[in-house]
Order: sequence, then structure tokens, then C-alpha cells
Amino acid sequence: MEYEIVIGLEIHAQLLTKTKLFCGCASKFGDPPNTNGCPVCLGLPGALPVLSGLAVEMAVRMGLAVGCSINNKSVFARKNYFYPDLPKGYQISQYELPVCGPGFLVINVGGVEKKVGITRIHLEEDAGKLVHDQDVDSLFDVNRCGTPLIEIVSDPDMRSPQEALAYLAGIKQILEYLKICDCNMEEGSLRCDANISLRPKGQETYGTKTEIKNMNSFRFMEKALEYEARRQEEVLDSGGKIIQQTYLWDPSNNKALPMRSKEDAHDYRYFPEPDLLPLTVEQALIEKARASLPELPQVRKSRFINEFVLPDTTADVLTSDRHIADFFEATLNFFNDARQVANWIMGDILRIMNEQKITLDAITVTPARLGKLLSLISDGTVSAKAAKKVLDTMQSENKEPDTVIDQLGLRQVSDTGALEIALRKVLDEHPAEVERFRGGDKKLTGFFVGQVMKLTKGTGNPKEINTLLQKLFG
Amino acid sequence: MIDKKDVLHIAALARLTLSEEEVEGMTKQLDSILGYIDLLNSADTSGVEASAHMKYDHNPLREDATKESLPHDELLRNGPSVRKGHFAVPKVIG
Ligand SMILES: [Zn+2]
Repeated sequence: MEYEIVIGLEIHAQLLTKTKLFCGCASKFGDPPNTNGCPVCLGLPGALPVLSGLAVEMAVRMGLAVGCSINNKSVFARKNYFYPDLPKGYQISQYELPVCGPGFLVINVGGVEKKVGITRIHLEEDAGKLVHDQDVDSLFDVNRCGTPLIEIVSDPDMRSPQEALAYLAGIKQILEYLKICDCNMEEGSLRCDANISLRPKGQETYGTKTEIKNMNSFRFMEKALEYEARRQEEVLDSGGKIIQQTYLWDPSNNKALPMRSKEDAHDYRYFPEPDLLPLTVEQALIEKARASLPELPQVRKSRFINEFVLPDTTADVLTSDRHIADFFEATLNFFNDARQVANWIMGDILRIMNEQKITLDAITVTPARLGKLLSLISDGTVSAKAAKKVLDTMQSENKEPDTVIDQLGLRQVSDTGALEIALRKVLDEHPAEVERFRGGDKKLTGFFVGQVMKLTKGTGNPKEINTLLQKLFG
Repeated sequence: MIDKKDVLHIAALARLTLSEEEVEGMTKQLDSILGYIDLLNSADTSGVEASAHMKYDHNPLREDATKESLPHDELLRNGPSVRKGHFAVPKVIG
């Protein structure tokens, strides 16, 4: 039978606050275990949570960026479960009244635009970390316990793994543009769980869904969703039934493993958190957050296409990462040819980043330096070809383009005197070619220019050489 | 009406083992508590907004400024078992 895949995603994003959600402990990845903890996040008796205002503001900004309504009043709730990653025995989350109501994100897969609904965004605290080693027990680290998360819940609107990937990429891009999450999937500051089900094509009601966790990269997510869709199809085709269950993606074996089913695991007995008042978000805060929103990726992309007349794909790559887009626009202040700047960033800056596996922070070629290099190409000081070498050295030695051009002896020779001497030498050495050229074999132009370039070690200005050649035989 | 099955379910969620007599006692007590809630429920609250809290007119929020955490040893002090700088807990997988 032919099936339609139905996917909904729950994305957890760790907010870039300095402190945890309900206490002043540092919220930081990579500190020595059990160094960031206090009576509040350790769940010691009598300790009371106090909510971080900045976390609220960040959640509101995310909500506004994806068109969510912001609830003036929302309520924190206790989600009760026994698991040793939570010393309190419950997680403080939001249940019936989240901070952000429905919104949406527009995705584009293969040129087709589609609106994916966002059900809600709520604030919650993260659990601590458990280390399972070879020993008889598990080890608990409280550092991550209580760090602020927003959970972004989508509607079951995605119909293929590709749409799910596009949605996740879109949410990640916005989180980065808002600077509220560093979106490191490997370190877990951005996590994604998927609900997936199949239904016969044309059927309205949803099939039974399963949940997949632990997909900590885009590649794993694609594989996991494809795997689970195929598995469900086989079960359904053989007349079986899908059992509602949670699976963990095991990337080393490319398999989804069922989690040990905990009896009553979903009986969380939510109730309003008695230690926290309902959260009031004043209209003034919402307006302040709205005013502080940066230009968002899709808007910026359209502006790049219209203002700089860039092709869709180029604008897409440039705006996919806020830092790249900023770098592009900053370079335009120094060299105002958007296409050239775009080509050099896409072709060479990104190449260096890929080759050396570094981020833009580690690029020593500043927008000012790149702009200067491009103007040196356009005024003929250096050839476009030689400039690529110059750029590599600028990066590796953290130097200005002028300095590097002289250091490598790549200053282009446009001095007609010097070029004429070189050209005459070439002509003397190749009498047979000169004869053929005189006889009308104009294809040899390239040959002569090439020889002069060789003689000048690539620093001759090809345009000048060409002109000289025409003049000598003119 | 709350019955024995409900009490056993709640006890299991709270990781409590109850004796036969305790189950009997709890069933009666919980039932009378819920009976009282039923009485409260009979009050006419139409037009009154549901609330889990007293009404306060301000919203205490915290500045995003880090405070000193507990010293490592102090932090682990109440752990029933400590190993490699961690709280050692019964083995859990997944
Ligand atoms: Zn703390």
C-alpha cells in the first residue's frame, strides 16, 4: 500500500543565559562535574526557585520570530517522575499554559514553499547528566540540571524526512539569528525528538505514532526518520500494528532501539508549580522584544536577492549563517561589488573554513582586508588567479593583502616597458610561431601571452601583454 | 469514588510499598479527602478565574547574574554514595 509519512518535531534549545533558569548557578557546558550546583538545583529542602527574566525575554523573542501569540499569563507546572537525572523528583516545565501559543515557520523543499505549524513554545529546566560507564552504578552530574530550555513543539505537518530537516534547519537558523542558543547538536545545546507515523494515502486520521530520540545531527535525523518510516511500512504491509513506543537512535548500528518501556512512564501527574507564581508577560516587554528582533533569515535572503541582485542559491548560502551574512555586508563597505564579494566568500572564505575545519571567528581575513584585496584585483595590482594564493597567506599569516603581495612577489607587472622586453624575448625564442602568427594564425595569441606570463612568473598583466602584441604586429 | 486499584497505582508512581492495612486506610482517607473536594466543587465559581495561587501583583524575576555555587565537596556531601566526583546512583540505562 502507498503511505503518507506524518512527522512532528519537538526541539529543545538551551538558552544562552549566564545562569540557570531558577537559580544563579552558572549555566555552562564543559565545567568539571558537580561544580555548578546550589540548594535550588540540587533540590534541597526549603530552597525556592526564582525565575530568570532574561530566559523569559529569550522565549518571547523566539515566539515573536515564528509568529507565535505571546500569552500574557502562563503557568509553570511540575512534571513528576523518578529518574536519577533530577534530584527534585520533578521537572519544572509548562503544561496547560505555555509562554507562547501557536505560530508557524515557512520551509522550502525543492522549490516548494510550505507552512509548518508551531503548536507552542514553553520554558522548562533541563535535567542533569548521567554517565553510564562500565561500573555497577551510574554517575550523576548536576551541572546541566536546571539550565534553561525552550521546547518548540511543531504540529504534525511534515510529510517527509526532508521536510523535517528543512524545518529543523529553519528553527536553528532563527535561534542563531536571535543569538539565544548556540545550536551545538553534538554538545546537546540543540536537541530534537521526532514523532512519526504512517497513514494510507488519502486517509484523514493519523496512524499510531512512535517517538525517536537521540538524533544529535542532521545526518542522524535523516537516517533515523527514513529507517523508522521503512520499519513502520514493513509492519503495516505485513498486517501488523504499530505499537506506540519511544526509540533511541543508535548511530553506530544505524538502528532505532526501543527504550525499556517504563511502566506508567507517561503518568507525569502535572500540577501547577506551587513555588512559582504564574508568569506575567507585560505588553511592554513584548513590544520591547519585538523592536529588538533582528532581520530574520528569510527576510534577509529576499533583501539580498533584491538589493544586491544575487541568485537565489547564493543568497541562500550567504544568509544560512548569520555570521556569514554579516561578513558579506561588512565587506561591501570596503568593496562595493556584491557579486564579486559573494563569489569570494562562497568560493574562497568558505573553502578555507571547510579545509581547515574552522568557523568564521578563526578567519583572520577581516571584511576590510578582503575588500582591500578585491580592490587590488580590480585596479590590476594583482591578478585574480594570484589573489587566491594571496588570500591563503593572508589567512595563515594574519597579514594585510599589500604586505602579502610583495612578500610573494605577486605584484602584477603592468609596466609596458618591462613587459615589452619580456615579449620581445619570447618572440626571439619562437621564430616559427611568429611566422605562423604573421600568416594569420591568431590562435597563437594565447601562446605568446602564456609564454610572457611564464617569464614574468605569473605577474604580467595579460591585458597589457595582449595590447603590446597587437601593437608590435599592428 | 477512589478504590484500592487507584491507591496501588498512586503508591507505585510514588515508589511506595504499602501493607494491606495501609492500602485499606489510605483508600478510606483519600476517599474522604476527595469527598471534601467534591463539596468545594459544588460551590458556584462561574465567572471566577481558575487560579492555583494567591493573587500577587508583581512578578519576581531574577537578573542574569551568576552566584557562587556550592563548593564541590559541599555539593556532594548529602549524596548517599559518591564516586569520581559524581553522585553514584543505581545503574540506569537509556
Ligand atoms: Zn543552582
